[in-house]
Amino acid sequence: MVEWSENERSIISNIFSNLDYNDVGPKALVRCLVVYPWTQRYFSSFGNLYNAEAISTNPKVAAHGIKVLHGLDRALKNLDNIKATYAELSVLHSEKLHVDPDNFKLLSDCLTIVIAGKLGSAFTPEVQATFQKFLAVVVSALGKQYH
Amino acid sequence: MSLGDKDTVKAFWANVAGKEEQIGCDAVSRMLTVYPQTKTYFSHWKDLRPGSAPVRKHGATVMTAVTDAVSKIDDLTGGLLSLSELHAFTLRVDPANFKVLAHNLLVVLATVFPNDFTPEVHVAMDKFLAAVACALSEKYR
Repeated sequence: MVEWSENERSIISNIFSNLDYNDVGPKALVRCLVVYPWTQRYFSSFGNLYNAEAISTNPKVAAHGIKVLHGLDRALKNLDNIKATYAELSVLHSEKLHVDPDNFKLLSDCLTIVIAGKLGSAFTPEVQATFQKFLAVVVSALGKQYH
Repeated sequence: MSLGDKDTVKAFWANVAGKEEQIGCDAVSRMLTVYPQTKTYFSHWKDLRPGSAPVRKHGATVMTAVTDAVSKIDDLTGGLLSLSELHAFTLRVDPANFKVLAHNLLVVLATVFPNDFTPEVHVAMDKFLAAVACALSEKYR
């Protein structure tokens, strides 16, 4: 089981309580689709993804970015049981969405960079380490039910 | 890298002038903190804490090399030959760590240039750093 210190819990909680989901969610997904264009394979129904400009103004991308970011809320509320919390979502991503789990890491790296951009120097090495640990646990849980 | 990527990298990197030490120090500090396994390469340093003298010095060294790589962007393999030999035969850094340092450098660039480090700049820089890593790995085997 993953251990979280009081300090780590507080860092994670602070990041999310000050988070503008409607801004960060879209930015993270846009960045993922631009920086790692092969991830666009999962969004053929989203319409125009032809270039960075199109992706960043695509309303379906924005809506989906917000949805995915809110998906992290359940980890936040269940820090001590992230694996079980994401079991159902893991099955969904494997059986229904057929997402290669390597993509979870790509999106999580993009989210890290967007949050870094928003927090600036407040995103200290310690905060970065805690946030990346949090995302790594979520990513691992999302990959758990694949077979 | 396309011509567009190279132009994007060169244009963006001009912003770094004057901030190399700060950025390099921050990138190395983050690497050592967030990926503690990287500390194994620096057991000869007295102080591995973020912002310490050896960290600051090494950050500057790395940034000088990256700035040099930008100037040699059209032939990284040729331009980084001696650095590749250094990493292959003397330092013997596992090439997986190039990606780790690159990630931390991108994080720092995002914090220092929140408006200029757009998704388009990000992808060009990511490709550039991957190409640098590839050139550095040339002599490994």
